[in-house]
Amino acid sequence: MPDLLLDVKGLETQFKTPDGIIHAVNGVSFVLKEGETLGVVGESGCGKSVTMLSVLGLIPSPPGKIIAGEAFFMGQDLLKMSSEEIRHVRGAQLSMVFQDPMTSLNPVLTVGHQLEEPLMLHVGMSRNQASERAAELLGMVGIPKPKDRLKDYPHQFSGGMRQRVMIAMALSCSPQVLIADEPTTALDVTIQAQIIELVKRLRDEIGMAIVWITHDLGIVAGLAQRVAVMYGGFIIEESPVADLYTNPEHPYTIGLLGSLPRLDQKINKKLTSIEGLPPVLYQKPHFCPFAPRCKWVMERCWKENPTLETVGPEHRVACWVDTKTGRPRS
Amino acid sequence: MTASTEVLLNVEDLKMHFPIYRGLLRRQVGAIHAVDGISFDVHRGETLGLVGESGCGKSTTGRAILQLYKPTSGNVNFDGSNLIELQGEELRHMRRKMQMIFQDPYASLNPRMSIGEIVGEPLIVHNIATGREVQDRVAHLLELVRLNPAFASRYPHEFSGGQRQRIGIARALALQPSFIVCDEPISALDVSIQSQVVNLLQELQEQFNLTYLFIAHDLSMVRHISDRVAVMYLGIMVELTDSNSLYTNPLHPYSQALLSAVPIPDPILEAKRTRTLLEGDVPSPVNPPSGCRFRTRCPIAETICSEQRPEFRELKPGHFVACHFAERFI
Repeated sequence: MPDLLLDVKGLETQFKTPDGIIHAVNGVSFVLKEGETLGVVGESGCGKSVTMLSVLGLIPSPPGKIIAGEAFFMGQDLLKMSSEEIRHVRGAQLSMVFQDPMTSLNPVLTVGHQLEEPLMLHVGMSRNQASERAAELLGMVGIPKPKDRLKDYPHQFSGGMRQRVMIAMALSCSPQVLIADEPTTALDVTIQAQIIELVKRLRDEIGMAIVWITHDLGIVAGLAQRVAVMYGGFIIEESPVADLYTNPEHPYTIGLLGSLPRLDQKINKKLTSIEGLPPVLYQKPHFCPFAPRCKWVMERCWKENPTLETVGPEHRVACWVDTKTGRPRS
Repeated sequence: MTASTEVLLNVEDLKMHFPIYRGLLRRQVGAIHAVDGISFDVHRGETLGLVGESGCGKSTTGRAILQLYKPTSGNVNFDGSNLIELQGEELRHMRRKMQMIFQDPYASLNPRMSIGEIVGEPLIVHNIATGREVQDRVAHLLELVRLNPAFASRYPHEFSGGQRQRIGIARALALQPSFIVCDEPISALDVSIQSQVVNLLQELQEQFNLTYLFIAHDLSMVRHISDRVAVMYLGIMVELTDSNSLYTNPLHPYSQALLSAVPIPDPILEAKRTRTLLEGDVPSPVNPPSGCRFRTRCPIAETICSEQRPEFRELKPGHFVACHFAERFI
């Protein structure tokens, strides 16, 4: 059994808004093993980004607040650290790439400056060493003429190139864990394919573990070893990647897979769609958050919220119904 | 999806250049060649998909067809008249027959107008109905897109993205058009909501024999909804054929790369796939490459590609492609 890099237990995060408290994450637990890639899938507002931002200590407070939970990273609880302490971990051993390559770089500093900063701060390199390493990193992520490009500003790079810079920056201190929050959503498909190939190559070279947050089940299929599906601030299904696609158990996962048209399949007339809308979480759900949209819904679903139960090897699902038979799970 | 062979829309050598002005005297120093000479037909009752990456000119094409931009040159023959030559009242009259559904459901509805006013406005502007009759028609239109007619008095902020897109569809249907340009109607929506909207669009098409120009960058969805698909790259059309042939036997190297970049939600297939990765980014449309536009990133480019612009030719019946070497892929 490989060592656990990340061990998150019972995480709950809320946001105070003028309309009331939003219960964004309602008790999420997951682990990340050494060298593995975990895909976290869900639609907007399901809590996937907030979960990871909570772990990284990046939830703005106020309005956000972590109500409960633990997040152990190599034995230390990230949620108990002071902002000073967590800053030493974040960016060094635990780093991240965000969705929007346009806004996550500082526009008034050169790319070189921004790449050198973490190296000098976390690794303790001199400016010259850092500058050399920065050029090396840019070369590694496939940016041509890396030495010259260090002097350029972010606006002189295209979207795909900026995301490469972000990845170079995230990898600069050889992290054990990379948390990637929809890093290819803003990019075109051909550029997305380039970035994913790059990440796969770097993962094999460096051997880091990755948490890849996305709404695209296609990306996860090719990249992750294990997938967690989130809905309404909960993980509702968790499984090894192959099992999830051939053998989805939760009604939401089944619906999600059915609503995707596939390039490799014959065109059928209609997509199966999930009726209704995702919930807005003004209350912590005391029943199954998917019940209002579920076609298997039974009486129990409106009364109790199911917890994750093991249904197969490493395959866990939170549902009262066995969707294979349509009968209550015993 | 039963498309006739009657040509509803015929586009001939359409060009749309946006001038660039610089300096104190605002002299024109160049032009963005957004659309640079494309020709195609759309048959009555069919869905023509238009795909390509950001900046390839697909949205500009849609807008130039509807005369929302005045095209630089070319002809747009719609239902017997050349829209380029029409002005004032004549053009306004034609606009009844062609409508548009926009990408951003948050920006395309006026926040100060109620849903009833938004959907009813085209009826009033075109003197089709007044007073009580407008309200009746609005109620009917809302029912068509599966919204409660009682919502007519509410305002856009009270609705979710998917519901807003339905309102946009109701507005487009108000004048009983025969042709609708759908400009990325689902790309701002969540996966489970996307299939709801796509299914609705297909049902409405059958009910009213609508013709769609469906613009999108999501190739799997375009394939699902379209009878034929056109691929654009940097202002030109590189391939046009029925959607099955495009996906089973793409003849242009760009279409091939684009298709191979799309992730498939199936881990077993994904593991077996080999990708054609394109190098670099799309060149600037201000100074597009000589000859073939794609040659700077093309894996099979030769000298002739920089000297001669490949003709958009019919290589197989109904299968058009703009590549000097397309025969190799038959």
